[in-house]
Amino acid sequence: MEPTDVNNPEYYHKVVDCQYACPAHTPVPEYIRLIAEQKYTEAYMINWESNVFPGILGRTCDRPCEPACRRGRVEEEPVAICRLKRVAADNKGDVKKHMPVAPFKPNGKKIALVGAGPASLTVARDLAALGYELHLYDEQKAGGGFMRSQIPSFRLPESVLDEEVNYILDLGIHTHFNTYVKSLKSLLDSDYDAVFVGSGAPKGRDLDIPGRQEAAANIHIGINWLSNVAFEHIHKIGKKVIVLGGGNTAMDCCRTSRRLGGEEVKVVVRSPFAEMKASPWEKEDAMHEDIPIMDNHVPKTFVVENGKLKGMTFEKVHAVYNDKGKRSLVPTGEPEVFVEADDVLVAIGQENSFPWIERDLGIEFDKWDMPVVNETTFCSTNPKVFFGGDAAFGPKNVITAVAHGHQAAVSIDLHCKGEDLNKRLSPFVNLVSQKMGIHEWSYDSAVVEDVRYVVPQADKKVTLKDRKKEVELGFDGLTGFKEAQRCLNCDMQTVFSESKCIECDACVDICPTACITFTENADDESDLRNMLKVPATNKTQDLLVSGVLPTKRVMVKDENVCLHCGLCAERCPTSAWDMQKFFYSVTKASKVCH
Amino acid sequence: MTYIRPKFRHPELPKNKLGYSVDFYEGALSTLCAGCGHDSISAAVVEACFDLNIEPHRLAKLSGIGCSSKTPAYFLSNSHGFNSVHGRMPSVATGANLANRDLIYFGVSGDGDTASIGMGQFVHAIRRNLNMVYIVMNNGCYGLTKGQDSATADEGSKSKAGSVNPFQAIDLASLSLELGAGFVAQSFSGDKKQLIPLIKAAINHRGFAFINVISPCVTFNNNPGSTKSYDFVRQHVEATATLDFVPEMEEITTNYNEGSTQQVKMHDGSSIRLHKIAQDWDPQNRISAINAIQKARSEGEILTGLIYIDEELGELHEVLQTTDTPLNQLTEEVLCPGSEALSEINAGLR
Repeated sequence: MEPTDVNNPEYYHKVVDCQYACPAHTPVPEYIRLIAEQKYTEAYMINWESNVFPGILGRTCDRPCEPACRRGRVEEEPVAICRLKRVAADNKGDVKKHMPVAPFKPNGKKIALVGAGPASLTVARDLAALGYELHLYDEQKAGGGFMRSQIPSFRLPESVLDEEVNYILDLGIHTHFNTYVKSLKSLLDSDYDAVFVGSGAPKGRDLDIPGRQEAAANIHIGINWLSNVAFEHIHKIGKKVIVLGGGNTAMDCCRTSRRLGGEEVKVVVRSPFAEMKASPWEKEDAMHEDIPIMDNHVPKTFVVENGKLKGMTFEKVHAVYNDKGKRSLVPTGEPEVFVEADDVLVAIGQENSFPWIERDLGIEFDKWDMPVVNETTFCSTNPKVFFGGDAAFGPKNVITAVAHGHQAAVSIDLHCKGEDLNKRLSPFVNLVSQKMGIHEWSYDSAVVEDVRYVVPQADKKVTLKDRKKEVELGFDGLTGFKEAQRCLNCDMQTVFSESKCIECDACVDICPTACITFTENADDESDLRNMLKVPATNKTQDLLVSGVLPTKRVMVKDENVCLHCGLCAERCPTSAWDMQKFFYSVTKASKVCH
Repeated sequence: MTYIRPKFRHPELPKNKLGYSVDFYEGALSTLCAGCGHDSISAAVVEACFDLNIEPHRLAKLSGIGCSSKTPAYFLSNSHGFNSVHGRMPSVATGANLANRDLIYFGVSGDGDTASIGMGQFVHAIRRNLNMVYIVMNNGCYGLTKGQDSATADEGSKSKAGSVNPFQAIDLASLSLELGAGFVAQSFSGDKKQLIPLIKAAINHRGFAFINVISPCVTFNNNPGSTKSYDFVRQHVEATATLDFVPEMEEITTNYNEGSTQQVKMHDGSSIRLHKIAQDWDPQNRISAINAIQKARSEGEILTGLIYIDEELGELHEVLQTTDTPLNQLTEEVLCPGSEALSEINAGLR
């Protein structure tokens, strides 16, 4: 194999599994270390710079970082990255003094942002300090989008949401709330230099089966119902509730039902339990609130008696997989199951909907009626119109919307300056030695053996009575410290310089997880993987391959289970190994922290 | 700051026949200098014992004094150990071996511990053909006292401070051949591919098995001009053969060219398979072995690999015709025939 090109920042970036997996590439180990040092404000600002909503995400993020966490490959559970973020948000000091302060010197450009969700708010934050005049439109009475209408208060208190939305609105954003944008054409006809569409995926899927019309009064579309609860149009639900669907919206629906009078709330889902779309912890939380999840049940009919909903019938199925792993649900042949219900919530997915976008504006739509959007620039086929968040590529999550927002803001800035959207600046990267002494590093290199700490919850008796009472209490400072210590500091890179290596094998002998091998080279990567001390079977993890050494061998390091403990560098007599901190920050339109 | 080795290991570490993974054979974290050759030798011992499926309680580590003699703390934590007096490890080993012939005796010594203060003990352990492995971690200097030349430092070798050694070196491998050791090998700490099979063969050899391992002192003897530095040794090693240790149950499948391959059967059914590099060398012929090592020396090279092996030589217990049951397991009833038997003997002498 050719020597690894470590000058390409993406090599070391990939080693920081959590950061690499995060759509916004938040520098996770960096802020976790700050939390361990009780520097909560600094930890918050690292997050705010990168993901804009640390307090919100620290409670509600889909956590793509956690399944990626190296700790999960070394022991059972990853670091509780998400809930550590909350520790920073809960304990921070004055963060406002580190944020840009309006008013800014106007640059004469005007931008319209449609939808006040995370994508638009991110664009607004990134562009505000550059002097853009930003107009934010939303049909709701306050900013936040789905974060406000869909995420129940017992998971995300309104105060947290308001605080972080206001950090952005305070940057001098012109808000147009209670304003539904009916026509994109009219926006484009006004004097906006660009329009950003962050209108989400606002349409809940319905279930057209017998009895749907007759029972309409007691059948609710999940996302609409949650929104009505959030804006206090709905205050109660029947005693017996069926929630259809297996995603996180279904989990929010069933748990909200329990708080609005639902006593026998059941989630019924077509797929097997393990394949449900909901995050495992959301399923756990639902079951903890005495909500059974009935899997492998396909809805057949709404049963209506005397014009009133009585319940639903389901067909039992089991999953069968073909050679390609494609799943089909095959009826088991058992009799249909009847489940009683006073109300049914349908949470089986949501879709994009752009009735307000005229089709003659130069914006191309594909066969699924989705706008054609460039995945790098987030520009549509109309150079003045940009998309981001769920509106761009369908329903995802908050952190993805934020990541889109950053890129769209860069594009809008380039567009307004008349520059090429594809000439984007490289990410900011830095790589600095952490050596302080023979056995001393500037980071806490010892690897603790603690298993993952559980986030404490408030008593169920209390939380089920009050829709707004937050269930999770968050880690206290000490537990937060202990959990933070579980982080393996994967951004402390093991940097190898072959010119210094004397091939004494000290690193090979000391490495606790047998990552390092000195071997003859191989042409083929899979051959080389098999030649290592422990064969490198995890192909998602790269090999660090050195140039040829004096003995004609190469050094190969399997990045898979490296603990970043620094022992290779401590035992290296010539500093051919060094622990160097890698910092990677996605390019943003403006510098927002100081 | 860490002096602690993390407990986590690679989740896919293979297990040996006893169900242990290699970490069961590890020791404490080394306190030797970073890059010390001795640590590589320790790692090779760990690897060899893991591969040989040795039950750790069946092995006793013995050592004298010096950097080398500290290493038994850094491998096989679950085995017996005796860190003895400077140069006196062979006596302790002799006593232990006579008391309990069932254990594997693994002696670790250095060039000072063997070639200076312990020379008298070393030669007699060979003379008696004590059943043990005797490894010398040879760095040509007194690393623990800041790097003075040792008795194995080559004539003309330059120290870190710049002084040139005026004395001839004691060549421990030649000496053991001369004294009649039944297993003589030489290796380099930086070549585990060679060292691990040599250690395995040494453990399986019945009788005194000597391995002289050149092990650079990275702090005091790794400078230009030294003949025991990583660079010098790498440039001047010349192997007798590449070798594999073949446990008895393993069928030999690789085909080597006729003539260049030699198979040496060991008494327990295992064997050493040699793929020869050196010309006119027969590992089972002492004269050819002596010639090979002297020839390499005259050419300024360091001959490594298996140098001589004699599987027929009787070890100390055979020579003394001791009981098969280890002496420490013999009870008073077995050892003491009782007063009646004594009277009978006495009566027979009247």
